[in-house]
Amino acid sequence: MVAVDRRIQPAGEEKKQDKRHSGGLAAAHGSSLLEVKNLKVYFPVYSGLLRRVRGHIRAVDDVSFSVLAGTTVGLVGESGSGKTTIGRALVKLIKPTSGSIRYRGVDTANLSKRAFFPYRKKIQMIFQDPFHSLNPRMSVGQILGEPLGIHFPHLSPSSRVERSAVLLEQVGLKPEYLRRYPHEFSGGQRQRIGIARALAVEPEFIICDEPVSALDVSVQAAIINLLQDLQEQLGLTYLFIAHDLAVVEHMSDHVLVMTQGRIVEQASAEDIYSSPQHPYTQKLLEAVPRL
Amino acid sequence: MVKHLLQEILRRPLGMLCLSVLGLLYACTIFSQFLAPYLPTDQDLEKAYHPPTRIVLKDWRPHVQIYEQVDPAAARYEPVHGETAAISFFAPGREYRLWGLIPAETRLFQVEEPHRIYLLGSDGTGRDVFSRLLYGAQVSLSIGFIGICITMTLGFLLGGVAGYFGGRVDFLAMRLVEFIIAVPSLYLLIALRGALAEHFEPEQMYLVIVIILSLIGWAGAARIIRGMALSLRERPFILASEVMGQSSIKVLFRHFLPNLASYLLVAATLSIPAYILAEAALSFLGLGIQEPGTSWGLMLQQAQELKVFTLNLWWLLTPGAAIFITVITFNVLGDVLRDIVDPRQQMIKR
Repeated sequence: MVAVDRRIQPAGEEKKQDKRHSGGLAAAHGSSLLEVKNLKVYFPVYSGLLRRVRGHIRAVDDVSFSVLAGTTVGLVGESGSGKTTIGRALVKLIKPTSGSIRYRGVDTANLSKRAFFPYRKKIQMIFQDPFHSLNPRMSVGQILGEPLGIHFPHLSPSSRVERSAVLLEQVGLKPEYLRRYPHEFSGGQRQRIGIARALAVEPEFIICDEPVSALDVSVQAAIINLLQDLQEQLGLTYLFIAHDLAVVEHMSDHVLVMTQGRIVEQASAEDIYSSPQHPYTQKLLEAVPRL
Repeated sequence: MVKHLLQEILRRPLGMLCLSVLGLLYACTIFSQFLAPYLPTDQDLEKAYHPPTRIVLKDWRPHVQIYEQVDPAAARYEPVHGETAAISFFAPGREYRLWGLIPAETRLFQVEEPHRIYLLGSDGTGRDVFSRLLYGAQVSLSIGFIGICITMTLGFLLGGVAGYFGGRVDFLAMRLVEFIIAVPSLYLLIALRGALAEHFEPEQMYLVIVIILSLIGWAGAARIIRGMALSLRERPFILASEVMGQSSIKVLFRHFLPNLASYLLVAATLSIPAYILAEAALSFLGLGIQEPGTSWGLMLQQAQELKVFTLNLWWLLTPGAAIFITVITFNVLGDVLRDIVDPRQQMIKR
């Protein structure tokens, strides 16, 4: 794998001290944007005639981590390890069983739907499957107009179109695509539209839920470069979820390795790559194809 | 999407045929007052069970053959040789209000009184079956449309809400659906008719039937829509909409509705016949439209006499043929539509 220029990590010193605290807290000071503490998401298992709860699937089991503003935290693990569940819990698509999610110091896990609304403007999500993440019955203009209509209700229709065109240019698409429908685009172009939709509300923090897993390798590189450029321009913070350690290592400043609902190792990207500690991380690294 | 669908239908011969037959039927229904030579209640007791009149050409103008009754008991009529009456077109006839609004008296064709033109014969009191068919179509053909609009709206709202929110809402809605589906529909029809009838005038029976049919019909649609909503709500674009903070109602109408629209359209087309048949069944049992109104089911009920069969008064059974044609056309059109919107075919095309 080719190592690339990596942004300087703020508070890198502190992190070195407690970087191998599996399940512990890394660099939870000052500029941390998001702090997750002891997050648990359990799904009840029903069985029997009376549909009693017979046990729980521990999708996310006592997970803690923090994300520093302006950095990318990679979350890697096999499918079923609970990484997508964490992403969804952060935006309240799934209700956490216990634990706290602090965004800029405010515990959002227990906020009501109404109280959480302002955070929806700050936290956005990019989805894995570009073929299903866009409503096939809506034109690109309508897709990008939807978040604008929600969070900028005073925008006039014409300035909404203008803003959508700017968004398209920002992700490397032509403004005249506004009238087209999702099925007229390739996977990579659709993912760009998905990114433009996430950017529409001017978020600070974007959860990228396997944004490149469904794409061709050549397209993957383009999308990853786009995400890195956008981060630089807009000062975004990413939680980058993927199962491919090579992609995560390339993208991230800090990497969390997850298996069976637990974070087994967290360290800076270089350290994870050069000296993996946990057997699971070592196994994951062995699975990365080498040139 | 509507434009695309229409193009696809017209490209297929069967779809084209069905659409033109239905177009013709509905055009006739809309202009029934103008097309029908008589009011549905115009009697002529001396011309009971009159056979369809023959149209002859005389001096290059169409005339109707005049008949005389030879045997009142057997309803036998013989043409009177050489005697005809001229048909005048766009002539003033009985006054009517077009669509209940515009007063008018011009009708497409008339013959001079006391002669009458019976394109499809007359019934037991000498009323023109052709005119009654046209007026009856107003009830029989519109009931399906209005009924389906109500049921699809109810089905979408209840099914969509149940599927989208899940949990207790889903449980309650689905148990209600199962309850309605479990009751045999004919008994439910009759029971509801019995319960509702005393609150309405006989003239409002049309309204009663629409209410009854819609109350029964939504359950099946709601169940299917709920299933589709269950699969839709896990789609990433719905999740994306939720992540950006879209309200549930808007998710339902902006994301669910357009994606269910093709199904709703096919289901609606395929279930309109059920409404037409149910109205016919109710009227046939004497529980539906009542005199002086008219509908195809009511006309069939009035043709139940033994006389109709022993004397071969076939023209009194034409409402049956009309129902048959309408129902089969709607079914075939629904099939064509389903072929068009079938997701697997769409996948191949993309």
